[in-house]
Amino acid sequence: MASLELQGVRKAFGATLILDDVSLSLESREFIAFLGPSGSGKSTLLRIIAGLETADAGEVWLEGRRIDTLPPGKRDIAMVFQHYALYPHMSARENMAFGLRNARVPTDEIERRVNDAAGVLEITPLLDRKPAEMSGGQRQRVAIGRALVKQPKLFLLDEPLSNLDAALRLRTRVELAQLKQKVDASVIMVTHDQAEAMTLADRIVVMNDRKIQQVGAPMEIYSRPANTFVAQFVGSPAMTLAQVTLENGGGPARVKLGDGSAVQTAVPTKGLPGGELRLGLRPEAVRVADKAATTKAKVELVERLGERTLVYARLSDGQPITAEDNAYSRLSIGDDVALAIDGASAHIFGPDGTGYHSAATA
Amino acid sequence: MTAQRDWRGLLFVAPFLALYSLILVFPLLRGLWLSLNQVDLFGAGHFVGFGNYQRLMHDPVFGTSLINTFEVTVMIVPALTVISLLLALALNRAGKGAAVLRGIFFASAVLSVTIVTLIWRFMLAPDAGLLGEAWKAIGWAPLPFLSDPHLVLPALAITTIWWSVGFPMLLILAGLQQIPQDMYEAAALDNASGWTTFWRITVPALRRTLILVIMLQTAAQLQLFGQSQLLTAGGPSGASRTAVLFLFESAFGRWELGYASAAAEILFLIILAVTLTQYWATSRNEAGHGR
Repeated sequence: MASLELQGVRKAFGATLILDDVSLSLESREFIAFLGPSGSGKSTLLRIIAGLETADAGEVWLEGRRIDTLPPGKRDIAMVFQHYALYPHMSARENMAFGLRNARVPTDEIERRVNDAAGVLEITPLLDRKPAEMSGGQRQRVAIGRALVKQPKLFLLDEPLSNLDAALRLRTRVELAQLKQKVDASVIMVTHDQAEAMTLADRIVVMNDRKIQQVGAPMEIYSRPANTFVAQFVGSPAMTLAQVTLENGGGPARVKLGDGSAVQTAVPTKGLPGGELRLGLRPEAVRVADKAATTKAKVELVERLGERTLVYARLSDGQPITAEDNAYSRLSIGDDVALAIDGASAHIFGPDGTGYHSAATA
Repeated sequence: MTAQRDWRGLLFVAPFLALYSLILVFPLLRGLWLSLNQVDLFGAGHFVGFGNYQRLMHDPVFGTSLINTFEVTVMIVPALTVISLLLALALNRAGKGAAVLRGIFFASAVLSVTIVTLIWRFMLAPDAGLLGEAWKAIGWAPLPFLSDPHLVLPALAITTIWWSVGFPMLLILAGLQQIPQDMYEAAALDNASGWTTFWRITVPALRRTLILVIMLQTAAQLQLFGQSQLLTAGGPSGASRTAVLFLFESAFGRWELGYASAAAEILFLIILAVTLTQYWATSRNEAGHGR
C-alpha cells in the first residue's frame, strides 16, 4: 500500500503560484528526498504535508487516511525543523516528552520511549540539559529524538544537515542512513544538497519552478535526467550542454558539435524530435586525450580535486565544455588540449528540454 | 602606556559622569543630608540627626499614605500586567486593523497626567459621568467614586491602568515578536492545545518581559502622585493620599524640606527593597528551573 499520497496539490501565496498540480506516491518505509533550488516549492510541499500550510487544492492521504483536513498534531507525522525549534525553557527530556504528554500517553510509557530514543541517539547524558547548554549537533539529536518518540507513520526532515559544520554533516549523514534502517516509517527529507539526496534517499523528487521535474532512484536521476534542469542541477560540476546538429537518419544518433567534430551517441535517432538539439556531456564522459581525440579546446580553468582534475575549456566555436583529467594533470590555463568524448554515455535534449538517453542503460 | 589608556578612556565617559553627578548623585546626597536636618525653604536649617525619621515613624498621616500607596499598587500592577498581556496577545498580528488598535491603545500613554485626570473626572463624576450614566442605565444608583473613601483608590487604579496600559503592551508585543514562529509550529505538530501552547510556550518565552513589566510598574506605581493630587487632592479625608503626595505636601505645603526628604528616603528604601526582592525571587526561581 502506498504510504503517502499527494493528489493534485496546488498552492499560491497571493498571485504567486508556488505549487502547480503536484501528485506523488510514496511506498511504505521509503526514504524520499525533495531536491531543488530555493523557491522550487519543496519546503512548501513539506509544510502542506505537515499541516503547517493549507493547500488551495488537492488531497493528502497517509496510509489510507485523508489527512489534509486534520490539524498538524493529528496526522501521525513528526517533523524535524531546520532550526530544530526546540522549546528553550524545557530540558531535552521535556522537549521529547511534550508531544506524548499532549497525546495523553501514560507516564511510564513516555519515560520508556524517551529513554529508548535517547539510547539510540546517544544523548542519554544530555537529557536534563536545556537547548542553550547543548551544541548544534546535540540539539539536532534532541530534535530527531523528539520526532522518534512519537513513533509516527511519516517523518519530515526540513534541511536536516544544513546547520551543521562540514565534518559533523558527513557524520550525521551516515547516522541518518543508519537510523532509517531502524524506524518503521517513511521519511521525507527536504534538501538543496544533491549529495545528501543521492546518499540518503531511496528515491529523489527533483523539484523546480513549482513542479516535480523527475522522480527516480538516485542513479536514475543521475544517468537518465528527464530534462535539462535535472541534468544541470544534479551532478557536480554541472553537465555540459552543447548545441548540435543531427547527422544521420536512423540507428543511434550521430551528431555534430558547433566546431564541426562528430560524436556517435547511443541514443536512438527514432523518437528524437525535430528542431534544435543539445548534447549533454558529464565531465567524466569528456577525457583529456593524447590521440584518438574527438576535438580540440583551449583550457580556461584547471581544478585539482586530488583524485581527479577538472578542466574547464572552450571549443573553437566558443562552446564551454567541462572535461576530466587524471590527478597528475600538467595542464595549465591557455593550453590547447585534445578531448576524447565518450559518445556512449552522452545524452540528447530536445528543443523543450526533454532528455533522451541511450537505449542500453536501464 | 596602560595608565595613559585609562586616562583617555575616562575622557570618553567624562561628559556623562559630570552630568550624572550633577543631576543624580549630588541631589541624592543632598537629599540624604537634608533629611538629617530641620530646614525650611528660606533659611538655613540645623542638624537633627534621625529626628525627622523618628517623627515620621509616629506620624499617622505618613503611615496611612504608605498603606494607600501599597493598596493602589497592588490594585494596579497585577491587573495592568494581565490586561496589557491580553491586549498584546490580541493585537500581535499583521494587518491594518491590529495596527490601528495598537495605536489607539498606546495613545493614552502619550497624554499628560493633567489631561488624563480631566478625562477621568468626567468619566467618574456620579451625576453626569459616563460610569454614572451606565450605572443608571442598568438601574443602579450611581457610585460616588471620588468622594467615597472605599471607592477612591479603585478609581485611582482604573484611571492609572487606562493611562499606563500602552507601554507594557508595547514591551510584551516586542517580547511576542521574539518568539520564533517554528516554536508554535513544533507545538502544533506536538498536538498542543491553545491553552497548553499559551502556558508552556508563550508564557515561559515572555518570562523576562513580564518580570520587567512587573518591576517597572511596581516602582512606578509606588511613586503614584499626579492622579491622586489632581483627581482628589488626597481626599476624601486622606483616603487617597499617596506617599509622594505626602512628601509633596510636606515640602511645598508646609515647607518642611528636611521632613519631606526623610519621607523620600524611606520611600526610596521601600522601592529598592521591593524591586530587589522581586528580582531575587524571580532569578532564584530561574536558577531552580535550570536544574
